[in-house]
Amino acid sequence: MKLKTAVIVATVMSLSAPVAYAELVVPWLSYRTGPYSPSGIPAADGFADYFTLLNERDGGIGGVPVRVLDCETGYNTQKGVECYEATKGEGSLVYSPLSTGITYQLIPRATADGIPIHSMGYGRTAAADGTIFSHIFNFPAHYWDGASIAVKHILSLNDGDISGKKIGLVYHNSAYGKEPIRTLEEFSEKHGYELMLIPVDHPGQEQKSQWLEIRREKPDYLLMWGWGVMNAVAIQEAANIRFPMENFIGIWWSGSENDVLPVGERAHGYKALALHGVGNGFPVFDDLQKFVVDAGMAAGAGDQVGTVLYNRGMYGALLIAEAIKTAQEIHGVADITPAMMRDGMEALEITEEKMTALGLPNFGPAFAVSCENHGGNGIAMVQQWDAENGEWNIISDMIQSDKEIINRLIMEDSAAYAAENNIEPRC
Amino acid sequence: MFYREAGEFSTSYRDDAQTFPIAFDRRRYYLVLAVGFGVIPFFINDYWANAVLIPFLVWSMAALGLNILTGYCGQVSLGTGGFMAVGAYSCYKLMTAFPGLNIVFCILLAGLITALVGVLFGLPSLRIKGFYLAVATLAAQFFFVWLFNKVPWFYNYSASGQINAPERTLLGVAITGPNADSAVKYLFCLAFVVGFAWIARNLTRGSVGRSWMAIRDMDIAAEIIGIDPYRAKLSAFGVSSFFVGVSGALFFGIYLGAVEVTEAFGINQSFLVLFMIIIGGLGSIFGSFAGAAFMVLMPVLLKNILVGGLDWDTAIATHFEFVIVGGLIIFFLIVEPHGISQLWRIIKEKLRLWPFPHDH
Repeated sequence: MKLKTAVIVATVMSLSAPVAYAELVVPWLSYRTGPYSPSGIPAADGFADYFTLLNERDGGIGGVPVRVLDCETGYNTQKGVECYEATKGEGSLVYSPLSTGITYQLIPRATADGIPIHSMGYGRTAAADGTIFSHIFNFPAHYWDGASIAVKHILSLNDGDISGKKIGLVYHNSAYGKEPIRTLEEFSEKHGYELMLIPVDHPGQEQKSQWLEIRREKPDYLLMWGWGVMNAVAIQEAANIRFPMENFIGIWWSGSENDVLPVGERAHGYKALALHGVGNGFPVFDDLQKFVVDAGMAAGAGDQVGTVLYNRGMYGALLIAEAIKTAQEIHGVADITPAMMRDGMEALEITEEKMTALGLPNFGPAFAVSCENHGGNGIAMVQQWDAENGEWNIISDMIQSDKEIINRLIMEDSAAYAAENNIEPRC
Repeated sequence: MFYREAGEFSTSYRDDAQTFPIAFDRRRYYLVLAVGFGVIPFFINDYWANAVLIPFLVWSMAALGLNILTGYCGQVSLGTGGFMAVGAYSCYKLMTAFPGLNIVFCILLAGLITALVGVLFGLPSLRIKGFYLAVATLAAQFFFVWLFNKVPWFYNYSASGQINAPERTLLGVAITGPNADSAVKYLFCLAFVVGFAWIARNLTRGSVGRSWMAIRDMDIAAEIIGIDPYRAKLSAFGVSSFFVGVSGALFFGIYLGAVEVTEAFGINQSFLVLFMIIIGGLGSIFGSFAGAAFMVLMPVLLKNILVGGLDWDTAIATHFEFVIVGGLIIFFLIVEPHGISQLWRIIKEKLRLWPFPHDH
C-alpha cells in the first residue's frame, strides 16, 4: 500500500512538476500512419530501440540519458514543419526527418535556429558540401552516390560497357525521386546509355500506365527511387509484366522486407542498394534482445528487429550516438547543446574498430566527416532478395561511387544555393 | 440581452448599411482586430506562428476565394490547389526574376496572374454547370500540377523541382526566408487577410456580389432581369482566383518557404478548401474563417491534447485524429447542414431575444 502511494505520488509529481534534469533530446519525425508507413514503422522502431538499449545498458551516453522525441508527420511536409516547431524548443540536438521533402523545408529553418540535421542517405544531396550547408549532414552516402553505385553495378554486370543500353528510372514524382536525375543524365553521357524517366505520383498505389510504358519500351535495366507503398506496387507490377528481377535495382530506400514480401515468390532476385549490412546476425542484436525486446521495451509492435529499415533506423541512431560522444569529448560537457552537437557531427569518425566495438563488425563503411565534406565516402553495397529463404543477401563488395563527377555536380548545386541565399563559404 | 437593437437608431443610410449594424457586434469585431494586431504579435512564438496561426490565415484566404466562386456565385470548383500553385509559382518567378521587386507587389502580381488564369479556366462555366463544371476545374488542378512538374523553367531548373523562397524584406524587415521573425510573418499575413476579407465583404454586398448571387440562385432568372452571366461568372472566377493566388503565394513565401507542387498543391488541397467552405458555410465571410479554423486547427489541437496532454502513442493518436475530425464533420453537418456560420447566426438570433424568448 505504501509502495503504491509512493508510486502515485511520484507519478503525480513527475506529471505536475517537470524537474530540470540533464537529458539528451533526439527527435525523430516518424510516420507510422498512411501510405508511407510500411517504410516508416521499421525505421522508427530501430531508431528508438537503439537509444533504449544505450539507456538501459550504458545509462545513456556519457552518463546522460537519451530521450527520443517521436512526432508523427505522415510523411507530410506541413505536419513536419509543425513537428519541428513543436519540438525544437525542447533542447532537440539533431533532427532526422526521414523525408526529403521535410528536409528541404527544414534546411533553412534549422540552419537559422542552429540545430543540425542528419538526413542519412536522403535529403538534399548538395548538403554534402559543408562549406555552404553548415548544419546539414547526409553521411554516409547520398542519392548521387546511390545513382553512381547502381550504374557501376550495371557496368560490372556488362564487363564495363553499357553503351546503347536503355536504363529506366522509376521514381517518386517529388523532390526525393527527382534527386538522381541530374547525375544519371551526366553518367549517361559518360557511359553512353539511354536514360528513360518514369515518374510515379504520390502515393504510388496506381502505376498501371507507367508499367505499360515500360513493357512497350523494354528498358534493359530499371532503377527505382520509391518509398512506402509505391515500392511494393512497383515490384508487383514488374512481376506482372515479367520484367527480369535481377535487372531491377532499387535505391537503399526501396529494398526492405515490406517491399518484397507482398509480392511473394515472384520478387525473387530483386536487387537494391545497401547502405549497411543485413539481417540480425550482428553481436549488437544479442544486447538488443536482452535489454530491449525481452524487457518489453521495444518500440512499436517489436516485430521489425533485424529488418533492413530497422537496421537503417538503428544505424542512424548509432551515428548520432557516436556524434554525441564526439561532441562530449570535444567540449568536455556531458549535457551538450545543439551547437556542440553540430561540432560533434562535423568531427565524427567511424572506423571498423569502432563498429566492431559497438557490436556491428562489417556493418557499414568507415568514414570521417569534415568541415568540407558532410556526405561521407559514398560507399554502398548491393543486396538481393532471396524469396525462398525470405532474406536479403549482400552480393557485392563495398562499391565506391564516382566522386569526380559527383563532386563537380555538388559544387554546382551548392554554389547555386549559396548565391540564392547569400551564403559565404566557410572552412 | 446581447445583440440588443433597442436604442440603436440609424440616422443615415450609411449607418443602416454597415456590415455590423449592431453595436455589440461591431465592438466585438474591433476587439478581435485589436487583439489580432495589437496583442498576439507580442506573445506569439515560432510554434504558434508557423504551426497554428499562419496556416490558419493562409487557408482562410484560400477559403475566402473559393467561397466567392462557389458560395456566392454557385460555380463549383475543384481547381483550388492548382490555382494556389499558380500563385505560388508566379510569386517565385517574380521574386527570383526581379530581386528588387517588393514582396508585397510580388504577392499581388501573383494574385493578378492567377486571376487571369482563373478567368481562362472559367470560360467553360459559360456553357457547363454543376458537376460538369467541377470536372472541368478538376482538369485545371491536374494540368497545373503536371505543368509545374514538367516544365523546368517554372522552378528555375533546380535539380529537385523544389522552389525556395529567397529572403525578401519590407521596410528593412525580413518577411520571407528563414530569418524572418514569426511575429512579422504573422502580421504580414494578417494584414493581407484582413484587407482581402474587407474587400470580399464589400464586393459581395455590392452590385457585383448581388449579380453573383442572382446567378447562383437561378441563372435564367438572373439573365432575364438583366444580369450578364458572362460578366458575372467570369468576374467571380477572376476575383476568386485572385484570392486563391494570393493565398498560394503566402502559402509558399511566408508559411512554408519551400514547396514541391505535387505534395503542396495536390488534389487533396482542393478538397480541403472545398470542405472548409462547406463546413464553414457557403456564402459567408465568417464561414470561410470558421471552416479554415475547423479543418486546419482541429487536427493540431487534437494532436496536442492526445499526444502532448494524454501521452498517447503517436500512431494511435493520428488515427484517432481522423476518427474525431471525421466524426465532428458529420456531427456538424447533421446539426446544421448550412455550416458553422449558420449555427453562429442562429446563436446570435437566440442571444438577441435571450432571456425572454417569447417577448415578441
